[in-house]
Amino acid sequence: MTVAVIDSGGANLASVVHALGRLGVEAILTRDADVIRQAERVILPGVGAAAPAMESLRSAGLTGVIRTLEQPVLGICLGLQLLFQSSAEGDVECLGIVPGQVTRLPSGPEIRLLHMGWNQLRWHTDDPLSRGLASDAWFYFVHGYAAPADRAVAVASHGRDFGAVVRKDNFVACQFHPEKSGGAGARLLANFLEPRASSAQPEILSGGAA
Amino acid sequence: MVAVRIIPCLDVRDGRVVKGVRFRNHRDMGDIVELARLYRNAGADELVFYDITASPQRRSVAMDWIERLAEILDIPFCVAGGIRSVDTARAVLKAGADKISVNSPALERPGLIGELADAFGSQCVVVGIDSIRAGPRLRVRQYTGDPDNMVDPRRDTREWVREVTRLGAGEIVLNCMDADGVRQGFDTGQLAGIRAETGLPLIASGGAGCRQHFLDVFRKADVDGALAASVFHSGQIAIPELKDWLDQQGIRVHPARRD
Repeated sequence: MTVAVIDSGGANLASVVHALGRLGVEAILTRDADVIRQAERVILPGVGAAAPAMESLRSAGLTGVIRTLEQPVLGICLGLQLLFQSSAEGDVECLGIVPGQVTRLPSGPEIRLLHMGWNQLRWHTDDPLSRGLASDAWFYFVHGYAAPADRAVAVASHGRDFGAVVRKDNFVACQFHPEKSGGAGARLLANFLEPRASSAQPEILSGGAA
Repeated sequence: MVAVRIIPCLDVRDGRVVKGVRFRNHRDMGDIVELARLYRNAGADELVFYDITASPQRRSVAMDWIERLAEILDIPFCVAGGIRSVDTARAVLKAGADKISVNSPALERPGLIGELADAFGSQCVVVGIDSIRAGPRLRVRQYTGDPDNMVDPRRDTREWVREVTRLGAGEIVLNCMDADGVRQGFDTGQLAGIRAETGLPLIASGGAGCRQHFLDVFRKADVDGALAASVFHSGQIAIPELKDWLDQQGIRVHPARRD
């Protein structure tokens, strides 16, 4: 299976590539429109701020390419936020694939910003991405802005509810980092790679295979 | 609600994990990748690797062990030591680290914090602070990895916490030097005072000796995570049991793996 990881200029792209490698998939880190169009799966990762990431995609001529992709696409963290219409972070127009606006999480005496650490989800929809996952599974989050909770596949909470997993047709995205969420994250990535990875063993560390 | 984090800290020297008492007398604790794998399987929420020789000797951390860690680790990890430029930080992050931690270099040049936040986002930028009690005051110490070259940068800890928060840090690790290595508990008084100075995630470091110390620091200082080394390396505290016990005490933890 060919998996293209879009080089959106973020710093932690190696983590995503390594996580796919642990599932037996050699991903291609790329900004090449043809490679992205032809891949069987596309991942849009990203850390950092929305405005420079959109600028990076625009300057690489990739915004239109991403919007018209028909294969399964997975957004991760900032990659989820970029799928929405706009982000309050830098007041920037995003890809507009999913309706809604990304806004800042609230802060307060009991609410740290950023939302950094392990948290749980409330699944509202039975999505293929959640197959085999315990309903109380934990995932690792790092972000200060977040998507709306309405119409999300799964919701998490930090000061307010927000969209932790969203889906629109062939586009699905998670606000947390599956590549850094242990066995649960590996399961989710394997689900995204289905059917190719149906026999993948996400628990590779305890198995000593790594 | 986000869980508190239990964070084993692995001090690295020449590619090996070491631990000293009050920053001295370093003993070899084992291979980095093997210990990282062990802690990941035990349910560590995150790992921190401090290259304790990097900053005093003014050299950058080695990249090869970061890449080896990134290949096997599916939990976040932070690398500290000798990162004094955006270029070095970029190389460390590109090698696969999730966060970089700066301590002495940020004291040398506080503008580094803002440069790192601008380049990679605050979520990547941890500021480590070594703090020592001086009568009623709290003072910062620099180059603590090498006792012979430790420096007093003439900064008040509280003021430095406020400054790094303003400069764009994403998280603060406060190492209370008086408590470090002597296993008599975290300096909850100091940490509670610092907690009031910043809205950033705050990680307690220095002093863990038993499970009660973890409960105390979460209850009394409202920290977001607790970092420890020797109690984990020695096997004195097993992370799965620690997390189960904290959970029973009403602390929200991400449970350790059962398999």
